[in-house]
Amino acid sequence: MAAASTRYILICSGKGGVGKTTLTANLGIALAKQGARTAVLDADFGLRNLDLLLGLENRIVYTAQEVLSESCRLEQALVKHKQEPNLALLPAGNPRMLEWLQPEDMQKIAAMLGEHFDYVLIDAPAGIEGGFKNAMAAAREAIVVTTPEVSAVRDADRVIGLLNSEGVKPIQLVLNRVRPKMMANQEMLAVSDVTDILALPLLGLVLEDEQVIVSTNRGEPLTLNGNGSPAARAYTNVARRLQGEDVPLIDPSKERQGIRATIGRLMQTKLF
Amino acid sequence: MTLRDVINKLLGRQPASANTAKERLQLVLAHDRSDLNPELLQQMRREILEVVSRYVEIDLEEGDVTLETEDRVTALVANLPIRRAKLPPPPAEAAPALEANANS
Repeated sequence: MAAASTRYILICSGKGGVGKTTLTANLGIALAKQGARTAVLDADFGLRNLDLLLGLENRIVYTAQEVLSESCRLEQALVKHKQEPNLALLPAGNPRMLEWLQPEDMQKIAAMLGEHFDYVLIDAPAGIEGGFKNAMAAAREAIVVTTPEVSAVRDADRVIGLLNSEGVKPIQLVLNRVRPKMMANQEMLAVSDVTDILALPLLGLVLEDEQVIVSTNRGEPLTLNGNGSPAARAYTNVARRLQGEDVPLIDPSKERQGIRATIGRLMQTKLF
Repeated sequence: MTLRDVINKLLGRQPASANTAKERLQLVLAHDRSDLNPELLQQMRREILEVVSRYVEIDLEEGDVTLETEDRVTALVANLPIRRAKLPPPPAEAAPALEANANS
């Protein structure tokens, strides 16, 4: 695979806990299932978790650190997913790496991965400091994850500003943890509010889903076993859209049915 | 205003919070994006009003200079209701030049 056609995608959010790593794990599995050779790179050296969400924490021998210091080959550090061999994880190294890691180091790792994979997904750390900037240096395009909350949207805006200034594009948005009932009651920012404010195209809309917690408990991403839960479908659709397929977005207001939902919609009607 | 807002108002309840969230976000992002601190903005506002009021009489109570943001572009928006134009209009700097021309 020539590096030129590999897609290097940064998954970032600014704020922590909005679902970056969950998206990276699920998207990685979904792309792999669709036949794309996919590498996920844990760029959160301080607080790494991607290995845990993928259920690969016990199989790590080497990390990005040994690859960079050339004490092992890339192939030795990559942890291949047993059920989905199209997916491999390059684990984050020791947190002490943060002291010397440079943007060029991340570019070097990404380029090495590009030799073997169609997609390189880079799980960025929270924040907008050095760790984030290192991760950003390895990417050509980005997915910004946010939730419909003021703090998450504000932080996403800061990150988008940085991505714009570094010429990372396209930048697409995944709106996570959407609660249709709260949106219907106008107690949560509407999807259009968030996309208008951030001025980004929407790549995916993920409903709040308890199954996400169940799947992280097990270390089996929702997209792995054809789980039909709302979040699983949403993550699979994000992967299909990334691959260029035209998949319509769900409409949160249509996700609820029955008389209460009808009344909810009626209450949202603009009178003047 | 939506049906829910009307009902909330009639019942004396707080309006739904989504709109408040949106308005607060838009304001804070306009400031974040422009990187202007409130003090500097206040100073700019004072100076703009000063310049404008040299030419026209403005309603200082109603007037406002704010930052607004749309499609990631931040704009400085001045809304200054004019009471009446000031007479005579020629500004102070232009006056000596005119005099010089008349003499030559």
